[in-house]
Amino acid sequence: MAKLESSFKNMVISLVSIAVVAAAALAGVYTLTKDKIDQQKAEKVNKAILEVLPNQGAGAIIAPADTIDAAKDLIVYRAYSDSTFAPETYIGAAVKISANGFGGKFKIMVGFDANDLIVNYTVLEHQETPGLGDKMGKWFKTEKGNQDIRGRKAGALQVSKDMGGDVDAITAATWSSRYFLGAVNEAYAAIANEKVEVVTSASKQQAAPAVEPEEPKEETNQDVEPVKEMEEDHE
Amino acid sequence: MAHFITSPAPHVHSGDSVRRNMLLVILALMPAYVVSVIEFGLGALIVAAVSVVACVATEWIISRFLLKEKKQSVADLSAVLTGLLLAFNLPSGIDWWIILIGAVVAIGVGKMSFGGLGQNPFNPALVGRVFLLISFPKQMTGEWVKPAGMEADAWTGATPLEILSHGEAVDLPSLKDSLLGVMGGSLGEVCALALIIGGIFLICTRVITWHIPVAVIATAAAFAAIAGACGAGPEGLGTCKYVGYELLTGGLMLGAFFMATDYVTSPMTACGKLIFGFGIGFIMMVIRVWGNYPEGMSFAILIMNACVPLLNKLRPIRFGEKKK
Amino acid sequence: MSNAFKTFTNGLLKENPTFVLVLGMCPTLATTTSAINGMSMGLATMFVLVCSNVVISMLKNLIPDKVRIPAFIVVIASFVTLVQLAMQAYVPAIYDVLGLFIPLIVVNCIVLGRAEAFAAKNNVGLSALDGLGMGLGFTMALTLLGAIREFLGAGSIFGFQIYPENYVNLIFVLAPGAFIALAYLLAIMNKLQKK
Repeated sequence: MAKLESSFKNMVISLVSIAVVAAAALAGVYTLTKDKIDQQKAEKVNKAILEVLPNQGAGAIIAPADTIDAAKDLIVYRAYSDSTFAPETYIGAAVKISANGFGGKFKIMVGFDANDLIVNYTVLEHQETPGLGDKMGKWFKTEKGNQDIRGRKAGALQVSKDMGGDVDAITAATWSSRYFLGAVNEAYAAIANEKVEVVTSASKQQAAPAVEPEEPKEETNQDVEPVKEMEEDHE
Repeated sequence: MAHFITSPAPHVHSGDSVRRNMLLVILALMPAYVVSVIEFGLGALIVAAVSVVACVATEWIISRFLLKEKKQSVADLSAVLTGLLLAFNLPSGIDWWIILIGAVVAIGVGKMSFGGLGQNPFNPALVGRVFLLISFPKQMTGEWVKPAGMEADAWTGATPLEILSHGEAVDLPSLKDSLLGVMGGSLGEVCALALIIGGIFLICTRVITWHIPVAVIATAAAFAAIAGACGAGPEGLGTCKYVGYELLTGGLMLGAFFMATDYVTSPMTACGKLIFGFGIGFIMMVIRVWGNYPEGMSFAILIMNACVPLLNKLRPIRFGEKKK
Repeated sequence: MSNAFKTFTNGLLKENPTFVLVLGMCPTLATTTSAINGMSMGLATMFVLVCSNVVISMLKNLIPDKVRIPAFIVVIASFVTLVQLAMQAYVPAIYDVLGLFIPLIVVNCIVLGRAEAFAAKNNVGLSALDGLGMGLGFTMALTLLGAIREFLGAGSIFGFQIYPENYVNLIFVLAPGAFIALAYLLAIMNKLQKK
């Protein structure tokens, strides 16, 4: 077969037909895989919700998702022990939130119990530096020094390097840690009953000097080794 | 002949003068080294010894077995200097195997891969340091050893630069202490005065010219003055003091006098040197003031190292032109 | 037969896309943080390469010369999107890691380069073999680079810890380490090829 000449008509016909065929093929594949992809995504979210709820979500019935802030992807999944969703049966809540990290957006799911204490968390998506910031997936639920945030009250969590903070930052990834704790605090604000003054990484600059200057000694945790406290901001 | 560029004597191809210059630079580093040995004790001795031996051994092994050179380049002492400069950039008490990796990278990657002395575009000691800084952030920056003779309650574990960017003015050592070296830091960062003495010695013996150090320090001072006046640094610290700290702490003096002035990786013309120095001072302050790292000297020098071939095209001195 | 065999092995060593042609550096540097990531990226690229080579060699006479580049890109982009959707649906774990780089296969020079240099001039069978060989060569190179970086930067290969994490050179899983490791691999390959 001879090669088609580069005339205007030939060019238009060939490009249009290639585009049409490609579009049709893609549309077909898209419809074929759409359900599966949605299912995967939903499963992932479900798994994350169960993982962070008290007792791994055993016996929990999850109320319909409550979107607080669509822009931040802030969604609260409340869990009850009973399908009436009565306040007495409230077990806890899983809160999904996305925030800006050191390397881009990250998305976490934080679980709180009925007393609003942190139960567990999981990192759904992140683009933090490998080997440094990406340790956030395990760091804050490892029992070591002051890095474990499980069982704590959120709202004012801060790295110990900042004034008033008592959570050990990820070694050499202080910024990732700040962003992470900021997101946890915001997640807490979404489910807390009273109005909370949230400490995020963005508000840190203004908030820091305001933290009770009379009693700085009480604010910083004495257990933290001084060396740890001043680790250089590496990332 | 119109574009014949000459560097100030001595020329690199003359083995004898390379050796003499290296020796003078090593000599000029000695005051600062003595101070760091007094400050850090045995740790400083071990770090420097491991670093120098590892650098020389790496150079010898590569030139003997990989490049199979007839004339060994080890004798020109440049590897000794690289090892010493690398040690000056490390905290004392760092694990020996980290120093070893740094030395292999400095000589192997930073220098010999490009063809040995005279061919390397980047300062080998800094290549080694930055490699270690990125690879071992915890060991390189986390655990500063407390210098002897410093009062315990003044010690925070942070270098003054970290305090400058994140902390409170009260935690800073006094300016006098910064000058004399009673503060935390790498081996060669602690005593600005000893480094300045060494630098002036080098300028007097004409091993280096004044252009680069003066340009670096002047740029950094001007930048710090503007930044300080605009509110950089901890609250309650005056602009003058802020400038003082920026100049006397960290790797500024070491970099300005000993690292940036490396023959191979700095421009040849006076004009090029001034621009080179300005670039280093500027980039360093940008990193210090806005960056996540508290110190930017090594990055600044490496970045400007990359610009040297361009700067060398700038206003070459024509042979014989100056007789006007 | 020997011609077909030659076409196939061409991409493995003699004209290895990474080590000899030095094409497709973006995915090579960006995705090789571990051996498994490098291999997945290589395989995804290989799939796109084979498919686009086959389709383009089939359509080569139907595409007028002046619009061949846009036509090739449409074909390649379609296959890339297809791979992306399939990965998202069936191997979400790998998609999570490579997600960002899958769309970049479109602009991978190897794919367009082979379409232009080989598939547009040869028959379907040879083009498929060429795509397979090039793809395998690319996969090998990425896996090798990924393994080296993972070994030096995380102390493991394919996820198996070989030495303790305290001793790793973090730089190798970061961007500068990619350049350093690739440079030395290229140097070694050059040395070996000269012999």
